[in-house]
Amino acid sequence: MPVHFAAAHGTLSSIWLLVAIPLASAAILLLFGRFTERWGHLLGVASVLASFILGLIYFFSLRGLSSPYRAASLNLFDFIPVGGLKVQFGLLYDPLSAIFVLLITGVGFLIHLYAVGYMSHDEGRRRFFGYFNLFVAAMLLLVLGNNYVITFVGWEGVGLASYLLISFWYDRPAAATAGKKAFIMNRVGDAGFVTAIFLMFATFGSVNFADVFNGVASHGAGQTTILILGLLLLLGACGKSGQFPLQAWLPDAMEGPTPVSALIHAATMVTAGVYLIARSNPLFTANLTLQTVVVAVGAFTLLFGSIIGGAKDDIKRVLAWSTVSQIGYMFLGVGLGGAAYALALIHLLAHGFFKAGLFLGAGSVMHSMKDRTDIRRFGGLWRYMPITWATFGLGYLSIIGIPPLSGFFSKDPIIESAFNRAGWTGWLFGSAALLGAGLTAFYMTRLFVLTFHGPKRWTEDIEHPHESPAVMTIPLVLLAVGSIAAGALFVYSPFNVKDWLRPVFNNPAAEGHEHIGQWWATGMTFVVVLIGLAIGLLLFRRGTAPQEQPAGPVVAAARANLFGDMFNETVFEKPGLYLTRALVYLDNRGIDGLVNGLAALVGGSSGRLRRTQTGFVRSYALSMLGGALLIVAAMLAVALG
Amino acid sequence: MTIAQDALQLPHLNYGALAPMLILFGAAAVGVLIEAFVPRRSRYALQLVLGLGALVAALIVVITESGTRELTAGAAIALDGPALFLQGSLAALGIVALLLIAERTLEPGGPFVAAAAVTAGTEEDRTQAAREDAGTEVYPLLLFALGGMMLFVSANDLLTMFVALEVFSLPLYLMCGLARRRRLLSQESAMKYFLLGSFASAFFLFGIAMLYGFSGQISFAGIHSAIQTSTQSTTLLYIGLALVALGLLFKAAAAPFHVWIPDVYQGAPTPITAFMSACTKVAAFGALIRVLYVAFQGTDWDFRPVIGAIAVLTMLVGSILSVTQTDIKRLLAYSSIANAGYILVGVLGLSKDGLSSTLFYLVTYGFTVIAAFGVVTLVRDADGEATHLSRWAGLGRRSPLYAGLFTFLMLAFAGIPLTSGFTGKFAVFAAAIGGGQSWLVVFGVVSSMILAFPYLRVVVMMWLSEPGESTPTVSIPGALTSATLAIGGLATLVLGVVPAPLLDLTNHAAQFIR
Amino acid sequence: MSGYLGSYATLGLLIVVGALVFVGAFSANRLLSPSAPNPAPDKYRNYECGLDPVGGDWAQAQIRYYLYAFLYVLFAVESVFLFPWAVIYDRPEFGASAVVEMGIFVAVLALGLLYAWRKRVLRWT
Repeated sequence: MPVHFAAAHGTLSSIWLLVAIPLASAAILLLFGRFTERWGHLLGVASVLASFILGLIYFFSLRGLSSPYRAASLNLFDFIPVGGLKVQFGLLYDPLSAIFVLLITGVGFLIHLYAVGYMSHDEGRRRFFGYFNLFVAAMLLLVLGNNYVITFVGWEGVGLASYLLISFWYDRPAAATAGKKAFIMNRVGDAGFVTAIFLMFATFGSVNFADVFNGVASHGAGQTTILILGLLLLLGACGKSGQFPLQAWLPDAMEGPTPVSALIHAATMVTAGVYLIARSNPLFTANLTLQTVVVAVGAFTLLFGSIIGGAKDDIKRVLAWSTVSQIGYMFLGVGLGGAAYALALIHLLAHGFFKAGLFLGAGSVMHSMKDRTDIRRFGGLWRYMPITWATFGLGYLSIIGIPPLSGFFSKDPIIESAFNRAGWTGWLFGSAALLGAGLTAFYMTRLFVLTFHGPKRWTEDIEHPHESPAVMTIPLVLLAVGSIAAGALFVYSPFNVKDWLRPVFNNPAAEGHEHIGQWWATGMTFVVVLIGLAIGLLLFRRGTAPQEQPAGPVVAAARANLFGDMFNETVFEKPGLYLTRALVYLDNRGIDGLVNGLAALVGGSSGRLRRTQTGFVRSYALSMLGGALLIVAAMLAVALG
Repeated sequence: MTIAQDALQLPHLNYGALAPMLILFGAAAVGVLIEAFVPRRSRYALQLVLGLGALVAALIVVITESGTRELTAGAAIALDGPALFLQGSLAALGIVALLLIAERTLEPGGPFVAAAAVTAGTEEDRTQAAREDAGTEVYPLLLFALGGMMLFVSANDLLTMFVALEVFSLPLYLMCGLARRRRLLSQESAMKYFLLGSFASAFFLFGIAMLYGFSGQISFAGIHSAIQTSTQSTTLLYIGLALVALGLLFKAAAAPFHVWIPDVYQGAPTPITAFMSACTKVAAFGALIRVLYVAFQGTDWDFRPVIGAIAVLTMLVGSILSVTQTDIKRLLAYSSIANAGYILVGVLGLSKDGLSSTLFYLVTYGFTVIAAFGVVTLVRDADGEATHLSRWAGLGRRSPLYAGLFTFLMLAFAGIPLTSGFTGKFAVFAAAIGGGQSWLVVFGVVSSMILAFPYLRVVVMMWLSEPGESTPTVSIPGALTSATLAIGGLATLVLGVVPAPLLDLTNHAAQFIR
Repeated sequence: MSGYLGSYATLGLLIVVGALVFVGAFSANRLLSPSAPNPAPDKYRNYECGLDPVGGDWAQAQIRYYLYAFLYVLFAVESVFLFPWAVIYDRPEFGASAVVEMGIFVAVLALGLLYAWRKRVLRWT
């Protein structure tokens, strides 16, 4: 059945407001500068709240439409009409966009609210909210575009906002460097995305979702083309979502303010890669090799992230690597295809809640510990900040998959689906996912225990840690509620995501393989998680040494990010540096030499020719006569010769 | 050949379509009367009003007659699309140039000599330089010149063209010699222009004789049909073609007939230089395209390589020589030579596109160059205009507004997008490529690159050098110069950003009648 | 000798003969003259009508001659146009308009004379 998106009408014809409101707010905050200093943050929060309310209204009007037509496409204006390329500034509101809109605006609103408190002492709070609103607008555009170009515009917009916010404290060298690192590594991925768009236009003559998917369905492209197209999109997705081999920027991005880490680098932006693959599902399901690659990337990254996460001592770095690892699960899900698409998105939503909660909790801890982030110097905090402890604890239990919290409902089915992939790869990826679950339980336990329990290992200057103000704890509580409820709600309630997304992934599960049953998988996972939890508890119950201790090869490697940075440095940076030097040399000597030589030639001939301009009429007349003779001769030669 | 008396017919005259020229010539004659009879102190205002009124009236008539497509005055004058477009352009550019010429606030009495008969360099000359009035002969001369140019671009036979050539050349020679300061330089330039101009006219006339010898005709249509049908030896045709083209290329400032340009542009009063660089170019190319497109249409293959070589030489000479110039007026003169080359590239498209792009370029270049010379008139010291480039150092600090405007105009000359210079160049190069003349475009681009250097050097000097002791002041322009600068600058910007209306107009006009 | 350019053959021959005569005369002079010319100073003096020259050989002509000559040429050329007009102006379809046009033509020329007169060019002293 060809993909067709019905035109928007009624309430849904105003979906552009979703993007426009935060964008306008960002423009006001950034353009009017100091005039908005006093109330700017409130405008920022209000604009996201307005978008959230609109998102809810649109969500229910979309539910009101009958199932096969649950989509609304809205073309605003011609964006790039050049020759055969006609790109419209078009929006698409379908079930997939709808849940992303709710996630972005809902969690976004809570984090905005939190940031009002968190950033209250920062001079740049207005600028912060300007960038933050810009991010929300761009992210909404990303998930609302009805073609790849608009998606890409949003994609670059979130990239820009991310860069601005990572290096928000631009006077700190680490923040500035981290911003640049994120920007450059994202460029690598973006190059893939852009090339994919070019290839789409070359192959299908259009960049609209509908045209591309119909082109794939009607075999408008060979398997090789589809494979290349998918790999290019995957490269873009890996860059934005911090997946192997482009994972290195995400942990460094924690140099930004904590609300940024929570919203952009945990809940929303980094899941854009998952969105891209889920959105392009007709393309990815059309090629088995492609799916295998996505699954492999996901499985590898989830192990990679969780191993490193176990060796880090910085509270935000641990959470960052945990994000890398959890997005690995989502990639695993979208790679598996079929029913697992919905599972990956359920995990994405649940992760949006609990990871945002964890980050905000971490921010709350840092707030009371004078911005320290070293978990070796925490400990025993549960007594001083009970709300943070409780909410963080719920997030923690949720992420490691303790029933009935959301992580249990979202992660276990992915592990089960991985085991049930056809052929021996099912066992391989299933085991990886299972092992990852154990490692997750280990490093999260370590994080939680070292932060909130055990003996106090505080630095001397900290006397009275205190609970954060209400404007920060209320979002924590709401997100914790989300962490508890999201799983069950999205899997079993009338709002279950599987049914809701059926129009988007209209390829019902067809795999007949069942290596292991549901109960087996759940049981196994639960046991592995408990083992990881127990190991973490036993090792770190009594705290840890406040300084780094010598360690075995595995831990040392994990502390060095499994040599990811070193790999980048030796394979890309060094040769790049040498190449640049060689090119600079070539440029200076060769090209500049050529250019300078030419310039000297021009200058020299100018100087010589100038002497013919003697100022004497007689010589001028002679030159005219000579010219006349030449022209006559030339004309006769050409005409008669 | 004898003409039977009985065959004589009174030629029909379409007075409506001829009105622009009649208005200008009539106003010029009235201007002469004003010179003769009106007291000296009232002349300036009267002449200015008369001149502006005549030009505006001519422009209005051209616009109302814009649908006319006919031969009139016994087929001696063709009023077709290109002719009317060029007449309108001449009137519009003439208005802008007239505003610049009439400016009197920059120095007492304006840039023109108060008593032309006084020997240069004497004590009397110094008193005339300080006088607060000035001769007003320049206004009727300007009107005569513009009238002649209008006739030149609409002439449909060689003799009418020659008469028109002389009608607009003679006033130009005189106007060049009317500078109030540096009179020897000015008079020398007038003399040079006159001698070389006569020389070129002689070639032109000789060419006419050759063509008449070949075809027995002087009308373009007659020459065209003779080319198609004549069984005669074509030697005379090609000699005639070469010589007629030479006469026109001289006025258009193509190499190797450009030699007069730098000296004359430098010596002439700057407003006159502005007028010449805009309007003479329009007239010369207007006539050249008519000759090449109407009379010699059948000989494309023969004249294209030769004129193409001239275009290449012109672009290279203009651009290379401008690199070492140290005087802003000479720099603009060489730039004007190179631009003649670019316009020739458009002409050699030899298609409707070639024609329309040439028309477009002429208008855009005219507005830009008048504004550029307008800025030159503002940079002054006690001795009048300070035209040496070293004196322009640091001008950006002294007067950011005018230095900014000049920078913009320089960028337009260099063909940077969002200026009319870019659209114009793009149009002529595209037309040449469309006509299969890519080799011309290669040279065009190379010379544009070379030419960017002197332009940007001026910009760098103005902005990045410290103002020195000798950096002159930038005078506050009066209303007339301000109007010139505003019109020129705006036209450069608008035609760069939204060129479509003018391009539509040129496309609509680009059809000769024979 | 035929063809269009053939009729110019005589002219060409004349030019060739003229050049030959010129070259021949000077060559004969060079061949016949003594190789060491008379060194007397008078040999190099300008010679005019048997008198010794007075003053320099650069003499300025009165500018007024030029002006008068100029005005004369103006009307001399005018009469060239007037003559053919005088032959045909009374033909039926010409008539009044031809008279008016010629009137304008003469008036424009007269304008020049008027200007010259007002600028006091016509006064000899």
